[in-house]
Formats: sequence, structure tokens, C-alpha cells
Amino acid sequence: MARALINVPQKAKRGEIIEIKTLMSHPMETGFRTGLDGQLVPRDIIEQFVCTYNGEVVFSAHLYPAITANPFLSFTTIAADSGTLVFSWTDNKGETQVQTASIQVE
Amino acid sequence: MNRLLVILLVCVALPASAQDARKSGFAFMGPDTQAMQTDDLANPGMLSVLEGEALWNAKAGTSQKSCAACHGDAPQSMKGVATRYPAFDDTTQAPLDLAGRILQCRTERQGALAFQREGRELLALTSYVGHQSRNMTIAPSQDTRLAAARAQGAALYSTRVGQLNFSCAQCHDDNAGGHLGAAPIPQAHPTGYPLYRLEWQSLGSLQRRFRNCLSGMRAEPIPAGSADAIALELFLMDRAAGMKLETPAVRP
Repeated sequence: MARALINVPQKAKRGEIIEIKTLMSHPMETGFRTGLDGQLVPRDIIEQFVCTYNGEVVFSAHLYPAITANPFLSFTTIAADSGTLVFSWTDNKGETQVQTASIQVE
Repeated sequence: MNRLLVILLVCVALPASAQDARKSGFAFMGPDTQAMQTDDLANPGMLSVLEGEALWNAKAGTSQKSCAACHGDAPQSMKGVATRYPAFDDTTQAPLDLAGRILQCRTERQGALAFQREGRELLALTSYVGHQSRNMTIAPSQDTRLAAARAQGAALYSTRVGQLNFSCAQCHDDNAGGHLGAAPIPQAHPTGYPLYRLEWQSLGSLQRRFRNCLSGMRAEPIPAGSADAIALELFLMDRAAGMKLETPAVRP
């Protein structure tokens, strides 16, 4: 898979609601379209997105063929402790891409 | 005296209002799409810019040199470059667009295989170079050798073509600000190319936009990188002189 843009605030106060934005570079090919040769273009989509915060799942989503290329997901969580956020995208071939971001909670 | 003052005021006000009448396609979009463009972490075009940065620093071809090996840091060396393209190329004695210049550098100086026009890599590099001129004003090359091509572009812009018998000017000059179906008709200022079109779900060049418009007019699309496409690009960039570049823009 390819690259992703992640926006997590570097610092937050304990108990504060923080917004996390992720933008993943992905074609999200539906598998329903035909190519120039008239054959179906094989499906290539992200099926699952999971975000864990110090090991605990804070947000997850299932993605389907109708979702746009380069999906943008934005969600909120409560800043509990300093630590790492792990983002993982899994596609329909079972490949997973993982990126991490750290946050400091005061 | 009063009359003289009025005439003077009109003279001063005219160029300003003529400039104000020009609007980037950005002004015709909804607030959601505008927010998507201005937030670098939501703008999908930035993914291409990042990929372009990686390509800029990657060694390629028989020379085993990267773009950075000769040109150094793009934020310095490529600043303002996109504002003056298409430019006149001395070796081919013809106007050359920015993507064409990158291709020329790649095949002749890096000794690498050419990228495909409208391919992912070429768009990424072009958007990376274009991005270095973001918020700078478009300042077309003043090379007199470009005049003929620019005139050719102006002619293409106002010539009726295709089964629907339309010219570019009929929509983008006469009916700009109106609607074609549900879509607003912008003034056709190429301020943000290569740009991310939500309809395409990918980045695309200005020349892809030409082909898109022309096939809508049931006319023969202009091939990418052809003299006609570069001439039209030259004319449009000149028409947008003084406007700010937005690369990579987002458009619906």
C-alpha cells in the first residue's frame, strides 16, 4: 500500500477531547469497473481501519466498495495518557499497513 | 476640473476592477470543498506532493542521479518555477510545459525511462514542483518566441469545435458564473494544476481537463503534450497572469 497523512495533536490536556484526522492514499478500486481491455479491474479496497490508543481500540471502521479513493477519516477520542496511537489499514488481499503517532498528555 | 477628476478615477479604477472580475475556480466551490483544499491534512493532492518529494530524492536512470543531485532542495530551487511555465525550450525550439520539462530532464539528463503522461509518477513530480510556487503570482515567460504559440492558443480558445459546435470562450467567458446542469461554470483560470478532482478521484493535469471538456463538446480531444495543448496552456496561463497559484488544488 502507499502513504498516509495523519494529524494528531502533539500535546493535550488530560480529559480533553482530541480530533484525529487520517488521509490514506489508496485507489479503492471497486472491482465492478472494466478496464480498457474490457475485462473487470480486480477489486482493491481497504476493508478495515483500526486505531488503537495505548493498545485499546478507540475507533474502527469497515470500508466498502462505494467509498471514495484516498479515504479521509476523522474521529475524536479523549486524551487519557501519554503514549502512542497505532493506525492500521487492512486491504482485501489481507495486507496491513501500520503507522504510529505519539501524543503527550499533561 | 471635476470631469478630469472623474476621468482620472475611472482610469485608475478600471484595471483594478478588471482584475477583480477574475476569480479562481476556488471561488465557485462549496465551503466543504474549499476547506478540503486549504487543510493540507485533508487535501488528497498532498499525498501526491509527498510522493513527488520521494521521487525528487530518488536516484534514477543510467546517471544514477536524483533530481536533488543537480537541483538541490526543491523548496529553494523550484520556488516560482511553475509560475512561468510553459516556457520556450532552446533544444527543441518549441514551447514546453512543466511536465514536458520534467520528462526531458528525466530522459536526457538522468538517462531514465520516460514517465507516462498523466501517469502517477509524472503527476506526483509535477505537483511537487508546482507546490513550491503555491501562493505566488502567475508570471508568464516574456520570451517573444512564445508569441506565435500564445496566439495559436488564443485562436483555439475561441474557435467553435465538435458536434455541439462550442468554443471554450462561449462557456468560460460568456457564461462563466452560470451553470451547466448542476455544475457551476468557472472562468477557466488554470491556477491549481495538477489538481485533485473529486469526480476523477485522482490528481489530473490541465491537459486532462482540456480532453475532458473537449469530449463533453463531442470534439476530438487534444493529445497530451501536443503543440496545440501547450499553446492553449500558454494562452490560459497568460490570461491568468497575476493570479495566485494553488497547486495542488481540489475541485469538484
